[in-house]
Amino acid sequence: MRAAPLPSYFIPKLETALIGFILKRLLYAIPTLIAVSIVAFIIIQLPPGDYLSTLMADLASQGGAVEEGTVAALRERFGLDQPIYVQYWKWVSNIVMYGDFGISFELNRPVTEVIWGRLGFSFLLAILTLCFIWALAIPVGIISAVRQYSITDYSVTFFAFFMLAVPDFLLALVSMYVLSTYFGQSVGGLFSPEFADAPWSLARLWDFAKHVWLPVFVIGIGSFAALVRIMRANLLDELHRPYVTTARAKGMSELELLLRYPVRMALNPLISTLGWILPAVVSGEIIVSVVMSLPTTGPLLLRALLSQDMYLAGSLILLISVLTVIGTIISDILLAIADPRIRLQ
Amino acid sequence: MNNPAPSSPVLSVRNLAVEFPTRTNVVKAVDDVSFELYRGKTLCVVGESGSGKSVSARSVLQIVDRPGRIVGGEMMLTRPDGSSVDIAKLDPRGKAVRAIRGREIAMIFQEPMSSLSPIHKVGDQIGETLRIHFGMKKAERRERVIELLRQVEIPNPEKAIDRYTFEFSGGMRQRVMIAMALACNPSLLIADEPTTALDVTTQAEILALIKRLQVETGMAVLFITHDMGVVAEIADEVLVMYRGKVMERGPVDQIFHAPQNDYTRMLIGSVVKLEKKAEIRVDREPVEMAPDLLLDVRNLGLTFPSGLKAVNDISLAVSPGETLGVVGESGSGKTTMGRCLLRVYDAQEGVINFRRADGSVVDVRTAQGEDLRSVRREIRMIFQDPVGSLNPRKTVADIIAEPLKLARLAKGKELDERVAALMEQVGLDPAWRERYPHAFSGGQRQRIGIARAIAVKPRLIIADEATSALDVSLRSQMLDLMMKLQDEMGLSYIFISHDMSVIRYMCDRVAVMYRGRIVETGKTEDVTSAPQHAYTQALLSAIPNPDPRARRMQDRVRYQESAS
Repeated sequence: MRAAPLPSYFIPKLETALIGFILKRLLYAIPTLIAVSIVAFIIIQLPPGDYLSTLMADLASQGGAVEEGTVAALRERFGLDQPIYVQYWKWVSNIVMYGDFGISFELNRPVTEVIWGRLGFSFLLAILTLCFIWALAIPVGIISAVRQYSITDYSVTFFAFFMLAVPDFLLALVSMYVLSTYFGQSVGGLFSPEFADAPWSLARLWDFAKHVWLPVFVIGIGSFAALVRIMRANLLDELHRPYVTTARAKGMSELELLLRYPVRMALNPLISTLGWILPAVVSGEIIVSVVMSLPTTGPLLLRALLSQDMYLAGSLILLISVLTVIGTIISDILLAIADPRIRLQ
Repeated sequence: MNNPAPSSPVLSVRNLAVEFPTRTNVVKAVDDVSFELYRGKTLCVVGESGSGKSVSARSVLQIVDRPGRIVGGEMMLTRPDGSSVDIAKLDPRGKAVRAIRGREIAMIFQEPMSSLSPIHKVGDQIGETLRIHFGMKKAERRERVIELLRQVEIPNPEKAIDRYTFEFSGGMRQRVMIAMALACNPSLLIADEPTTALDVTTQAEILALIKRLQVETGMAVLFITHDMGVVAEIADEVLVMYRGKVMERGPVDQIFHAPQNDYTRMLIGSVVKLEKKAEIRVDREPVEMAPDLLLDVRNLGLTFPSGLKAVNDISLAVSPGETLGVVGESGSGKTTMGRCLLRVYDAQEGVINFRRADGSVVDVRTAQGEDLRSVRREIRMIFQDPVGSLNPRKTVADIIAEPLKLARLAKGKELDERVAALMEQVGLDPAWRERYPHAFSGGQRQRIGIARAIAVKPRLIIADEATSALDVSLRSQMLDLMMKLQDEMGLSYIFISHDMSVIRYMCDRVAVMYRGRIVETGKTEDVTSAPQHAYTQALLSAIPNPDPRARRMQDRVRYQESAS
């Protein structure tokens, strides 16, 4: 009494679905990026007058004169005499076609030149912070969930809520004070003065490592605490699911079972937090970098905003937003790889 | 066949006791349970919800969820080489018991979807057991897994091995579970309600598969179920449990034909009762198709945005005082159809002509405003889930009074009296009126749902799987109540169910649904005794017969949809 041939229930081509998902996701990013660039441009346009009228007023106040030809050329260059959407188009097409972000009004240098080196450090700092958060939050969250209502769990919970409540800048100030006063450490910046402009070498790398851990800790600790709580809650949801019993009935050891099934499942919602952790790290970095005088884009952005250096500020906002969009795409793609169900939606 | 094999048992459980400490006291979930399992034989543990049957089965593998713990008894497992071990004495997290799990005793569970991980490929989940117990290498493992998938009759095993569970149907998932359990050739298979979540035709396939594998491998099977029909079809021996205690134990034929214990007798009685027409319906004049139909549905059609034709050209009619059964398997569109009749869903095609109390006919499908509101007073619904369909924050009196208040039919003292009368009518003590739903049992909650449905004196009630969530002993009581109310109030019912026995018990006519269409309609006796459509024949032959002397499933017929 063998069963009759059964119809195939399979949904074909899961791998094709993954490629389709990634393509779709990239396609969706385009309108987001356009919207972001419009917002950044609006910020550039917000102050009354334009960059050139500010420039001329500035020069005139110093008793200098600007040649009519130069002004006309600059107006032509930025399309300042044209309707606003043409100006936007010129700004965006210059960025996309030539990588030209305009000129920093305050520093009188191309924006690209000003931000490039700092953007690298910002990016590095963000990546290091993310690694720090993830590498620590996952194991701590697991322990907190598996030993629910134990002393460990309560201590972790207390610490997490405490750290969530402490503002970044305060933590930065206090830790710098403590480290320099009681431990005699050189704090602030990412390098000791003698290495600041030196070429990369092992000694410089070591100096960098000695400096970078503190900003990483300060920027990351808030998000770390949030992630621990999320990991704990996710895992508690998964620990008593029927598939855990199934795995136990196979004869799997408790540790292997924990890591292979519930932890693996609990990681999925954690991956999607990448989308908001990244902006949190980037904006947290701005304040902390000012306090700790780090050579990143944060202090630059703050100064640009204060001095109405709008091409610089707009470019920075645009770049940070683009990085966030890219981070979100990466987290979506990671999630699709980690969870086959997402691919078929 | 009824005598256990003379050889020594594979597993011998003596005086097993499992306790669940709660805040205030200790619940004895399993109390002094003993049984033996023999090679090639099937023991069915049967009982209603809360009887401790599932906990007993899990105790054998020491996988009872905390805070449950085994507090007494022994469980002697005898290996083929003659050595034996008392599982009850092993550390639940230790190596010794892990070596038994999956290797010598394997288990399959009720919900194949949630019992398998959705993010691991099925091949990996099956192969894992081989790695744990035999340390088998990857390539060798893959070969064995494909062989196992072929053994459980999964089509295209070379491809299926790399699929995920959500790409399979319910029956296929359960086959994956079985393949996983069989990986190490266990000497004992524990099956915990493995077919409860499946349709009857799929259930028949899975039961046949387990039987075939049992014959091939000679393993013992411990089968947990609440369905006496399944017990009669597959059991060699039966253990009847009630509130953690063994009520009766014996060969299947004795349990069904000469039960010794009162509880067993009651259980068998309520099952057998549902095998024929209800007593209060046997002598009743058959309801003739009246010329002025209460409900006349013609060519009803609903297509979901996904393109699925959930309801496809359905026509049916209900006379005053009649009960129409709608039977079908999951996905047949029976629930969707019922919801179209109440305008929960808007059907795109057809007419739903409903004759109101004053004799006027309204097309419910297109009715608007006051017309629709008044029709909804005359057509009510009873739902499947008695927990989910009652608001937990309202008292029973509030729940029953709500439709009366909405229809502005009564208020103040009169409302109270109406509620009390309704509660009495459905067999609830009006003194319980201030209690909340959680204080009632499943059967009582369903009575509350019925009282709410009849509060505004409707003329048609649509009951969607109204008894499916209830234990079998409560099922016939509920159906009897519904028929009593039918006679008192002149109600008509549309009774939607996947369970042919409840349809046969109370319905005058029945419509069989398959993939959005009605394939057969007729008097219940005619359809059940001489089905015309091939699908109805297949459906009926797949239903387990609660009589071990007349096992039905062995020569059931299968329905293959003609090329479409």
